[in-house]
Amino acid sequence: MKRRDLIKNITLTSVGLATAQVLPAQTESIAAGKPKKQKSNYGRTPDEVKRDEKLTSETFFTPGEMAVITRLCDIILPAEGTSPSAVQVGVPAFIEFIAKDMPYQQVPLRGGIMWLENYSRKLFGKSFVAITPANQITIVDAIAYPELATPAVSAGVAFFNLMRDLTLTGFYTTEAGFEDLGYVGNRPNNWEGPPAEVLKKFNF
Amino acid sequence: MTFQIKETPEIFDVVIVGSGAGGGMAAYTLTKAGAKVCLLEAGSYYDPADPQYITQMKNPWESPRRGASSTRPFGDFDAAYGGWQIDGEPYSAVKGTEFHWFRSRMLGGRTNHWGRISLRFGPNDFKRGSLTGIGDDWPIGYDDLKPFYDKTDKLIGIFGSVENMFNEPDGIFLPPPPMRLHEHFIKKAGTNLKIPVIPSRLSILTRPINNERGSCFYCSQCSRGCNKYADFSSSSVLVIPAMKTGNLTLINHAMVREVLTDQATGLATGVSYVDTKTMAEVSVRAKRVVLGASACESARLLLNSKSARFPQGLANTSGVIGKYLNDSTGASRSGFVPSLMNRDRYNEDGVGGSHIYSPWWLDNNKLDFARGYHIEYGGGMGMPGYGFGMGMQGSNGKYPYPNGEKLPAGGYGSRLREDVNRFYGAHIGMAGRGEPIPLETNYCEIDPGKVDKFGIPTLRFHYKWSDQEIMQAKHMQDTFEEMIIEMGGIPLGNKPGPETNYGLEAPGKIIHEVGTVRMGDNPNRSALNKYQQAHDVKNLFVVDAGPFVTQGDKNVTWTILASAMRTSEYIIDQVKANKI
Repeated sequence: MKRRDLIKNITLTSVGLATAQVLPAQTESIAAGKPKKQKSNYGRTPDEVKRDEKLTSETFFTPGEMAVITRLCDIILPAEGTSPSAVQVGVPAFIEFIAKDMPYQQVPLRGGIMWLENYSRKLFGKSFVAITPANQITIVDAIAYPELATPAVSAGVAFFNLMRDLTLTGFYTTEAGFEDLGYVGNRPNNWEGPPAEVLKKFNF
Repeated sequence: MTFQIKETPEIFDVVIVGSGAGGGMAAYTLTKAGAKVCLLEAGSYYDPADPQYITQMKNPWESPRRGASSTRPFGDFDAAYGGWQIDGEPYSAVKGTEFHWFRSRMLGGRTNHWGRISLRFGPNDFKRGSLTGIGDDWPIGYDDLKPFYDKTDKLIGIFGSVENMFNEPDGIFLPPPPMRLHEHFIKKAGTNLKIPVIPSRLSILTRPINNERGSCFYCSQCSRGCNKYADFSSSSVLVIPAMKTGNLTLINHAMVREVLTDQATGLATGVSYVDTKTMAEVSVRAKRVVLGASACESARLLLNSKSARFPQGLANTSGVIGKYLNDSTGASRSGFVPSLMNRDRYNEDGVGGSHIYSPWWLDNNKLDFARGYHIEYGGGMGMPGYGFGMGMQGSNGKYPYPNGEKLPAGGYGSRLREDVNRFYGAHIGMAGRGEPIPLETNYCEIDPGKVDKFGIPTLRFHYKWSDQEIMQAKHMQDTFEEMIIEMGGIPLGNKPGPETNYGLEAPGKIIHEVGTVRMGDNPNRSALNKYQQAHDVKNLFVVDAGPFVTQGDKNVTWTILASAMRTSEYIIDQVKANKI
């Protein structure tokens, strides 16, 4: 691959502004003939690279816990139309990283999963991932609506709120999330104020 | 590791400690005048245009934490290294008091973390003592600094609007960017409530000003550093151009331990520093010493520069160094504006920060607190990052969908996509930044027996807000609520009350601390004269915010720049006159 192929022109706007992103880590490793290792490409300091490599190399959730997280992500944001599901864009792996990156999230997440598993066994005699989808929805319905839920399941409500938070953040910080939201920024442009029709709508 | 003390062979005309706004401006002004300058920076090199440092224009998914603040206090993409806590560089506070000390260890220092808000002090800001009977006047007035504000405007570039408000002096402005949609709402509410809402004054180039720097391409990411140099950072706008003169020797990873003096003459002869890479002790000799290490770091350095001749620390005959530490007040509130739901989509990034602000508009003689504040505003259809979409159960049960149907709060599934979409861009925020009363009882001092990892004695803080700041925060909260309601919005959360000092942020959290190396005409009450020159040591100067007697209700960076330029020109004049 030629060096210039690694330079990606984001866009050239009407005002003639251009910006280029060079991928230094890849460029260097190719130039040195070394095998490609995906390195951080967003201005990390050496200490930050070290910390992220350590976190990435660790595993926090057990396979059983990851199965519960994955199933909940799928219920919270399933695919819709052309937009993929939270699971399809890797939200469970994002939640795993967050648990390692923010240790204060570990007990609420792990404990929440334990609470859910216990509740599932009480109601249906099996682990949450082993019960029928209809029974899973029965449980989720009991904890997904904070204002309707009974005090007896308040721990489940808190856990589901946390899972909803992380799933939404995880999804909308992906390319598919930008697409679903219609976010069209983070590119060079010439700001001239909101479109005339928008201002007109609000009488400005 | 070596314990041998190295000495640089050259005797520099000037050695400068710190590469932020003050140190950067001194380096620029002095090297352009032909002086041979050594600039010491405790942190690493940084250039916002060098790909190895760039976070600008990166997408949230390039960060495994999606930009969350686990490693950098303002998020993964913020340009500034460091923060309120740095490994191996501790500080403490006297029990029952609190101060949070933000440091950026990198070229450009904290100019890598700021909102580019570039406000001049007004004539009254230099005279608060005589105008109100509380606090002290500066030894200089607006007229002394005006020419340097003008030159700073032209050199660095700033946008704004001519408003002819007495205490909000106009500068030499580039055109301001048009308002975003929610900013139109805020402006209208302000007009109804007789609260001025005017274009922000930010050091961002809405038009090119020279061939070295590009102009803004509206990515809204000044906090990430600009690879086109279209905003002000000390690295891109001052230090890198200073290096191009050939007169600047920049030494990174140089943590300065003390200012060296000649015990016979009492003059500064240079500084000694620890090379943080090798832990070697090095000394730099210079004919003049300029400190721009930040208010608290410069105070610490002077207090640590003790000798037989200067037993209280250098330039501290008055005993004032460390005292009168003061940070801006800060309080905030957010709101939700139902008429901004279901918005049309377009790129609303704009410049980094708000396009509007409210300068102080009331007369404190008619209020129960003595100083003013300004308001900064937030909102719009910004780029999602960590935290986006969280707390949905707090709003999605309250508002009917377009078909008139209401659903219980929380939930899951496809409704959440609709919720995220309909609420996007409907939240706004307001933050007050106010002037505190500088008090002798708010101070930093050397912490007995404590050192950092370089063996340099550390700081202990003693800081408490007074009723003046608490009552000011109360007024902010009343104003925010009025504004949000006037916009047709709903204030979120409970209104902060006396139990939280009305949401008043802890000292240090606003990162505008000043005042620890006071200037004044009376050597018994101040460390520096009106040129920021030490009363006790005529070849020693301070060019950060340490010298500032007060900080106004204006973010201080522009005043640091103008003062540092003024002091640098004074140094040049004094050298020409053979006085230092």
